[in-house]
Amino acid sequence: MTETNPTAWPAESTYALRVNGTEHQVPDSWVGESLLHVLRERLGLYGSKNACEQGECGSCTVLVDGRPVCACLELAAGCIDADVRTVECVAAGELLHDVQAALLAEGGVQCGFCTPGFVVAISELLDRSPDPGPLEVREALSGNLCRCTGYSRIFEAVTSVVEVRRGRP
Amino acid sequence: MAVRDRARGGLGTEAARPDGIPKVRGDFAFSSDLHVDGMLWGRTLRSPHPHARIRTLDVTPALAIAGVSAVITADDVPGELHYGLISADQPVFARDVVRFVGEPIAAVAADHPETARRALEAIIVEYDVLTPLVDAEAAAGWEPIHPDGNVIRSVVIRRGDAAATGDVIVEGTYEIGMQDQAFLGPESGLAIPAEDGSIDLHVATQWTHSDRDQVAACLAMPTDMIRLHLAGVGGAFGAREDVSMQVHASLLAKVARRPVKMSYLRDESFVGHVHRHPARFWMRHHADRDGTLRRVEVRTTFDGGAYASSSMAVIGNAARFSVGPYRVESVDIEATAVRTNNPPCGAMRGFGSVQVCFAHESQMDLLAAELGMDPVELRLHNALRTGDRLPTGQVLRGAAPVAECIRAAMAHPMPDASPDEVLARPGGAGRTSTATEIRRGTGLAVGIKNLMYSEGENDTASATVRLAGGVATVKSAAAEVGQGFVTIAQQIVREVLGVEEVVFHSASTAEVASAGSTSASRQTWMSGGAVAQASRLVAAAICQAVALREGLTPEEVSLDGTTVVTPTARIPLADAVPDQPIEIATTFHHAPTEPLDEDGQGDADVSFAFAAHRAVVDVDPDLGLVRVVQITTGQDVGRVLHPTQLLGQVEGGTVQGMGLAVMEEIVVQDGFVKNPSFTDYLLPTTLDAPEILATFIEEPEPDAPFGAKGVGEPPIISSGPAVVAAIRDATGAPLRRMPVRPADVALG
Repeated sequence: MTETNPTAWPAESTYALRVNGTEHQVPDSWVGESLLHVLRERLGLYGSKNACEQGECGSCTVLVDGRPVCACLELAAGCIDADVRTVECVAAGELLHDVQAALLAEGGVQCGFCTPGFVVAISELLDRSPDPGPLEVREALSGNLCRCTGYSRIFEAVTSVVEVRRGRP
Repeated sequence: MAVRDRARGGLGTEAARPDGIPKVRGDFAFSSDLHVDGMLWGRTLRSPHPHARIRTLDVTPALAIAGVSAVITADDVPGELHYGLISADQPVFARDVVRFVGEPIAAVAADHPETARRALEAIIVEYDVLTPLVDAEAAAGWEPIHPDGNVIRSVVIRRGDAAATGDVIVEGTYEIGMQDQAFLGPESGLAIPAEDGSIDLHVATQWTHSDRDQVAACLAMPTDMIRLHLAGVGGAFGAREDVSMQVHASLLAKVARRPVKMSYLRDESFVGHVHRHPARFWMRHHADRDGTLRRVEVRTTFDGGAYASSSMAVIGNAARFSVGPYRVESVDIEATAVRTNNPPCGAMRGFGSVQVCFAHESQMDLLAAELGMDPVELRLHNALRTGDRLPTGQVLRGAAPVAECIRAAMAHPMPDASPDEVLARPGGAGRTSTATEIRRGTGLAVGIKNLMYSEGENDTASATVRLAGGVATVKSAAAEVGQGFVTIAQQIVREVLGVEEVVFHSASTAEVASAGSTSASRQTWMSGGAVAQASRLVAAAICQAVALREGLTPEEVSLDGTTVVTPTARIPLADAVPDQPIEIATTFHHAPTEPLDEDGQGDADVSFAFAAHRAVVDVDPDLGLVRVVQITTGQDVGRVLHPTQLLGQVEGGTVQGMGLAVMEEIVVQDGFVKNPSFTDYLLPTTLDAPEILATFIEEPEPDAPFGAKGVGEPPIISSGPAVVAAIRDATGAPLRRMPVRPADVALG
């Protein structure tokens, strides 16, 4: 990490963020705060995780205007006019999303730290590409690290969602 | 499987993880997610030098910053100035001298993480830089860098005829790099001071009671004034067995009189926890023409870094298992763990068995080549069986299906040729190999791991089971780190009591006695054993209550599975529960073990587990790029308690082992970690993960609860060595070092 000399705090500001369809006020925020920090520490949305703070692990994957991004690499103040979607809005109330249910059924969850990022990334992939080939799945998820599972159960979860959705009338 | 009545979700079933739904919803509270009103953010000032004397330390400029509530140094530590998992040799804060890059010197608590970061920058430290000791093999002859000396432990094992030799002798030197556990959830926790001066510490750890004892000693407080609560753990793999931020956060909270949260960033995490020991080996194997091993000689040095952590136990394992899962009557083994100014090393999944496996399996392949023998046949010929003696003289009394593991790994179908797509080639899209140059290779490796603590350690696990209103509650301090013990505990209670609804309560140190650490593949056996024992005592108490109620003698009431049998009725246990809740706490012990004597002889271990891996790789020999295509495995598990969780342990461990073979290494130069980030420390991604096919060998372990062996560590031991063997097979490069780097392949 590059350390800089202490300087005066930049002007703090108040702004609004639209997260999961709701407008949130972010009062008196330092403009240097990442989207991940604001989601977690100011809005209390702790579902997006902080593993590397460097855009390498995908644990903080959220959708900004429908595009999957690492929230740790985005400045929150840069998302002022955007539509931000996090893992917290994936399930429909008590009802799990089929990707969430499949990750559980296939054993794709161990410690669970990477899981929210995978839930967002897999959901986005299957919305964009309903029947991806095996290499397409691997490439699409290659920005999401999992240290526990070795990925096989996660691939199985993707396959099972694709098969169940394909079977729908 | 026998057909019998059982509660849904009992042993052998695909019971649901109780923490599964919150984890997929993002609702599960990991240690880094904790927050409370008015909390401060703690951060740690760390040494930028591997070895230096601290000339000046002035924290007053940090205290002057608005928003900073506390700054603490060694002068503020009220109790023990040192902590440590086995030996208290690591300063809470360095006072006079720093011994590794990243050693804590001070900590601050402030109202915002950015304020805390600026406060650290404001602290003035002046150093006299000293020459660091960075070569482990020079440590013994170097002036002591610590009052405890530079040799942490040396283990000698000598057995059999020292003059024994064979028709064929092979000799080799090997080296293993430093691996990081790389759990995703950072070291983090929240310390909350109470009115009475006591502290509640919520933290991600593998062993709450050990943390509590170390925090209490350093804060000079009675242990019951520190209450450790297990917060959500984002992976562990050994790196959370030692204290990281526990003492610092607690002391900051005590001084500031406010809750303090600490959460390491990734670069800090790389120096904030212990790693897998790098190691060097020399080995010489003697064998007859028919392949029978006659004698094995081993010399090895493990680099423990600046502080001991669990090095003394790791090096004991390295010595005891340096021959691998093979029969040999004559051994001469010397294994030494030393202190250096490199980052401290300690527990990581496999705990000494991983390093030795690379060396002994490389030797077995050399021997097979020298004998002109199939490497699979050579291993089968020497494979340990029940009744054989280990190098320690201990007779292997439990299940030892080593040959079955090898045959199972080899029996899986070989993979098809890789598709001719860029992403499927070695190097993937980034550094594309030429399809016509790619060579395929296959390798086999076999590993052995002890289960539970060894060498006379008094290893126990406590748990409480309560039955009330048709619901059973398990109270246990066994740390759930992702492995799924919370599921297994529920399955055990259902199996023994026939009650479907089981709640797992992750109990604080104030509520239950220690469960021991989640390590050494021990929780299913130890805490599982405690839960089973407590459940059986609850069942016995129900029978007693039935006897009392029905006016029967105790002998007239018996248990048939989960049914209470009286002379006139058969009642399901769950329906026979008296109105008063029944709650029983118990402590489980395994069979005692012995320390090793001066020749390294003794019954040092409780039980052993084995696994074999076959790896298939595609290699571009000119570019030195490797793709691991498939790994197959046979693993000795005793009994399958949860098929999918078991598969998850096996697949995940196998991929961690593969990572060590081809990409994972903490690069340390002159004591400095050069790659403390996930950009530069490479972890296997979805594009690197091979196909994995697993077979479980179910030979029940006589002493284990339900016959089940621990399953967490065996998968990581031989998968890496199998991958390296496969790369050798593809290229002919000697590859005496793991991880294999592109230059090792391309330039030999």
